[in-house]
Amino acid sequence: MEIWISQLFNGLSVSSILLLIALGLAVTFGLMRVINMAHGEFIMIGAYGAYMTQQIFKSTLPKSLFDAYFPVALLASFVLAFAIGYLLEVTLIRFLYGRPLDSLLATWGVGLMLQQLARTIFGAPNVAVSSPTWLDGGWALIPGVVLPYKRLFIIALVAFCLFAMYLYIYRSNAGRRMRAVMQNRDMAACLGISTRRVDAFTFAIGSGIAGIAGCALTLIGPIGPSIGTYYIVDAFMVVVLGGVGKLVGTVAGALGIGVFNTLFEWWTDASLGKVLVFLCIVAFLQWKPMGMFAVRSRSLDG
Amino acid sequence: MRKVGWLKGFAMVLAASLVLAGCGGDKNNEAGGASATGSPSASESGAAASGDKIKVGILHSLSGTMSISEVTVKNSELMAIKEINAKGGVLGKQIEAVVEDGASDWPTFAEKARKLLSEDKVATVFGGWTSASRKAMLPVFEELNGLLWYPVQYEGMESSPNIFYTGATTNQQIVPSIDFLLEQGKKKVFLLGSDYVFPRTANKIIKAQLAANGGETVAEEYTPLGHTDYTTIIAKIKEAKPDVVYNTLNGDSNVAFFKQLKDAGITSADLMTVSVSIAEEEVKGIGAEYLTGHLVAWDYFQTTDTPENKVFVESFKKEYGEDSVTSDPMEAGYVAVYLWAAAVEKAGSFEVDKVKEAAKGIEFNAPEGKVTIDGDNQHIYKTVRIGEIKEDGQIVELWNSGGPVKPDPYLATYEWAKGLSE
Repeated sequence: MEIWISQLFNGLSVSSILLLIALGLAVTFGLMRVINMAHGEFIMIGAYGAYMTQQIFKSTLPKSLFDAYFPVALLASFVLAFAIGYLLEVTLIRFLYGRPLDSLLATWGVGLMLQQLARTIFGAPNVAVSSPTWLDGGWALIPGVVLPYKRLFIIALVAFCLFAMYLYIYRSNAGRRMRAVMQNRDMAACLGISTRRVDAFTFAIGSGIAGIAGCALTLIGPIGPSIGTYYIVDAFMVVVLGGVGKLVGTVAGALGIGVFNTLFEWWTDASLGKVLVFLCIVAFLQWKPMGMFAVRSRSLDG
Repeated sequence: MRKVGWLKGFAMVLAASLVLAGCGGDKNNEAGGASATGSPSASESGAAASGDKIKVGILHSLSGTMSISEVTVKNSELMAIKEINAKGGVLGKQIEAVVEDGASDWPTFAEKARKLLSEDKVATVFGGWTSASRKAMLPVFEELNGLLWYPVQYEGMESSPNIFYTGATTNQQIVPSIDFLLEQGKKKVFLLGSDYVFPRTANKIIKAQLAANGGETVAEEYTPLGHTDYTTIIAKIKEAKPDVVYNTLNGDSNVAFFKQLKDAGITSADLMTVSVSIAEEEVKGIGAEYLTGHLVAWDYFQTTDTPENKVFVESFKKEYGEDSVTSDPMEAGYVAVYLWAAAVEKAGSFEVDKVKEAAKGIEFNAPEGKVTIDGDNQHIYKTVRIGEIKEDGQIVELWNSGGPVKPDPYLATYEWAKGLSE
């Protein structure tokens, strides 16, 4: 019985992590059709942002304040990834709209450069980030089942980010402009919307969310120059499966992959579990090539 | 007009990339030596000795998932070369290191090994970490009659005529650690490893050893290299209730596993783990608070109490920073360079066959204690040590074998190991 509950929670936790890393990609790939292979490196940037915040807190502030570094790190990671994403969009991506193969190659190259930059600045070996003490331990739901606070925190963080994205896209003027540009770029431009500024901002927000994901991932995983490569494939799987263009699709995709991955892994082993999940995704995409929740719009596909 | 513009653009890109490739090549050489062609006295495995310099190759992963471990081995090998050069070099020549990046990609190791041997004509190569990288390089070294010094603990069952193994083989690390666990009464073992040749072969050996000595293999799980989600594995471990987890995970997976183990509320007091791929460098990258109390099996710790080690640690910290740590593979890489230099001096030549012949029986006072090259299998005698990770990130020795152990890569001296070698 405990196994079922803890595995269910594990599936939920894995889904929340997938959603966190895929949310930013859903914005850039889903809303803007830019294949950003450097998305994993933005996660890495967020993780190193947390590391740098931790180092600053360790060296300049008294020990009692150390635990407060984490919320600051979340903000710092967002800002850092946002800034670098904005820079990338303005200097490179803007020339590659509507050219998915070119954007794929170019962002792959950028990803490699960012990895080497991290290696040069921080060194090749992993760096250690201590998690704040208020996240240590877990909630003993029933005897035998411990839900770690860190994973509960990540689930809460994802829910918060999702809610914030929803408010931004569907309840704000800026979001409305974004949706207009996404659904019919030419018409939106005719109506006076600065598509340039909307594009840059959207890409930067997507990258910023990746930064937050990186910061949250320091709680449970390694922090090194190549961690981006571990998450990029999963992120694309979630977005492609869920359907490009709708946030609810990304949520559904993440839930599906996370829960099934945990189930398959429990029944077989880690490698085979992943293989089975990918087989299921391929089979599903044969049936519904546009993903689970596809956007149907009037404008012809470019 | 358009066609001409396209051609011009292509020509410019080609020219630019040729220039960049040319610039990139030089940066790999430590000293800016001119590329030397083989001197008339060199054999076909060709030591490129030009004037007063002799080239050696260093081939490790400087990028990718294994770089977290391999970059420091490269550093200690470079330090050994620097020390030898300061004392006059080898056979009167200064050693020049040609450093190449295997990029955690095994075919790249084979490709770079071939480049080092046939183009740079190095006298020997110090390199590799994962058994996959060594197995990829082995055919290249045997084909071109090169010489590889492999400094990492591995699963044994190999003794190539072109490789010297300065890392521990199974009877110098894994087998004694299982004996240690059985003596402590820990009989139910959960085997967890990364999915490649070393953990799979090591676990075959462990299962045979446990079966013959009253132990029990409770489960055997593998995860792909780079896997970062261990919640299900930890749930499986909890369900299986082993006495100890024998951990052969490698690379970044160790970080994720131990962080998530602690999250699940499991400390070393609840469940002991023994690891063979976690040394001081990896402890730094994981965070000592996640590893406190867990055991590791090696042949050398930074805390090992020999006068040579004090000097080694001091020099390394001076060269690479006070925060740096030393570990078993780094020490084995350092030892490999000194052993090669000693063999060359004894042989009076850089030729691979003469060096191999002269290397038999060479002794060296290493930071880990005295080591001797075993001419039968080209491994070295090493002292086995088991240690516990402390809160400060250092590893403190709990047990040692009392002296150097003769290497036995095919486990010929163990009854229960019959039938394990291919």
